[in-house]
Amino acid sequence: MRVYCAVFALGLRRYSTYRAATAAAVFTNVVFGLINASVLLALFHARPEINGYDATDAVTHVFVAQALMGPAAVMGPPLELAERIRTGEIAVDLMRPASPLAWWLSHDMGRAAFTVAARSVPTFAAGALVFPLALPDDPARWAWAAGTLVLASLIGFAFRYLYAASGFWLLDAKGVSAVSHLLAPVFAGMLIPLVLFPPPVADVLRVLPWAAMVQVPVEVFLGKDTVPGGGPAGALALQAAWAAVLLGLGALVTARAERRVVVQGG
Amino acid sequence: MPSSEPSAPAPAEGPVIDARGLGRSFTVSEGPLLRRRRRTVDAVDGVAFRVRPGETVGYLGPNGAGKSTTMKMLIGLLTPDRGRLRVLGMEPARHRTRLAARIGIVFGQRTTLWWDLPLRDSLALTRHLYRVPPRDHARRLAELTDLLELGPFLHTPVRQLSLGQRMRGDLTAALLHDPDLLVLDEPTIGLDVVSKATIRAFLARLNAERGTTILLTTHDLGDVERLCRRVMVIDHGRLAYDGDLAGLRDRAPGPRTLVVDLAEPGPPVEVPGARCVRRQGPRQWLELEGNPAEVIAEVARNRQVADLTVQEPGIEGVVARLYQGDAALAAADGGE
Repeated sequence: MRVYCAVFALGLRRYSTYRAATAAAVFTNVVFGLINASVLLALFHARPEINGYDATDAVTHVFVAQALMGPAAVMGPPLELAERIRTGEIAVDLMRPASPLAWWLSHDMGRAAFTVAARSVPTFAAGALVFPLALPDDPARWAWAAGTLVLASLIGFAFRYLYAASGFWLLDAKGVSAVSHLLAPVFAGMLIPLVLFPPPVADVLRVLPWAAMVQVPVEVFLGKDTVPGGGPAGALALQAAWAAVLLGLGALVTARAERRVVVQGG
Repeated sequence: MPSSEPSAPAPAEGPVIDARGLGRSFTVSEGPLLRRRRRTVDAVDGVAFRVRPGETVGYLGPNGAGKSTTMKMLIGLLTPDRGRLRVLGMEPARHRTRLAARIGIVFGQRTTLWWDLPLRDSLALTRHLYRVPPRDHARRLAELTDLLELGPFLHTPVRQLSLGQRMRGDLTAALLHDPDLLVLDEPTIGLDVVSKATIRAFLARLNAERGTTILLTTHDLGDVERLCRRVMVIDHGRLAYDGDLAGLRDRAPGPRTLVVDLAEPGPPVEVPGARCVRRQGPRQWLELEGNPAEVIAEVARNRQVADLTVQEPGIEGVVARLYQGDAALAAADGGE
């Protein structure tokens, strides 16, 4: 367990060395947030309420979503694991007395923790400076929001781990990543809030794993509690279930991949 | 390595590596997509050898001879199809993680270090990875820092290190858990003469003082000459030679060369039993075919000689001849 704490710490420190990239990412997130918020404001000017969202909810959604861009990494970056599989460096990794899944999970959580501090907070603060945002006034709600952020990051990792691991069979996981990074933002509610979809569609998308990275955390933050089962606990339970399923799948794929490498020499 | 504590007794009484009839085949697909044919290639075919504790063994072979396949089987990254393999008493593919705790691995062309962080951070991580007690870790790190002169760049991000520095870092990372067996895959590839010398001297010392068993693959025969009392040559998946370096020379005798410095430049020396292969000013190189003493006497009779030296064939030449399946060698092999 100690080794994974150490990997988490190294992941965090490692990403803290990329100062220019971090500043650029904050800038991009803020600009994209401003554009997206302006478009939604125009829309909500025409219709003050859409499926439970008002204009303030919509703008808050945009900036929470932008703040999740770093930790949940819905639109990438892909895990370095993908590149290591392609180049064969994975052999070095497999020789470590450590679980590859847990190793990369700790590494990515280190990265996520860094991006929360260095990207999410400034991005959200910038949004709050420009627009009136809906902030929870109940401290418990902030705690739920923190929990939902952690789970969103876990799911974001699990997705990218599965994409990367597809490289064991496809040799190059770039195609898989490209397609998923195109579709995921739509399904997640990153590009536009899922409430803008017709309610039956939104209700289906909301319980899928992509929504658990953005739409569900945003609704927890906004206090919407639309997830079946009600309350923030229901939302977090849904996220936790998806995290468990996807990470379990990751463990399964890892075992298969190791067997493939070791037995077939792939 | 010098150590204040007595080193742990070698846990395995038996061989460190015991391979018998080891074999591994791969199925490869060839040809265009629609008319693809499958073919089985025996990458390693019936290789048998034992490595005893404290040996330093060079594992040589041309590209594609089966070197990497053997190495992968030894460290448990590949399951053998045939034969029996034990490393430190374990079956590598089955006990890869347990085995990893007792072997150190360095791939010359890959690194285990964290690219963007100071070397120190990567080295600190191995303590947790191999569960080394903090005091042991600190002591070994101090020793290795001293021996490999890591001090000046311990706090430098790995990406800024020279290749030689990075390799010393990788070696340290592989040795901090005090492995019984060190497996090196081309440890000096791409290094300059000084860096190579540093690494070779270090490995020789590690082997002599610590008794660490070393198995190394290399294309650099300087590594072999400096480090390996024993050499194994693999070719086409089979062991072509297993023995000491001198034996390898005897087995594949190349021509010796007589270097003659004449008093002044002149036409090629022509004497029976030798052939002039190169001329440069007053210096000429003669490939010896007959008795060296007679050739030297003959040269001295015909020309005014300032100096004479006889050069032994380099190990490069010997191994190249072995790879090429030299006719003379094949004849010498006939009995086996």
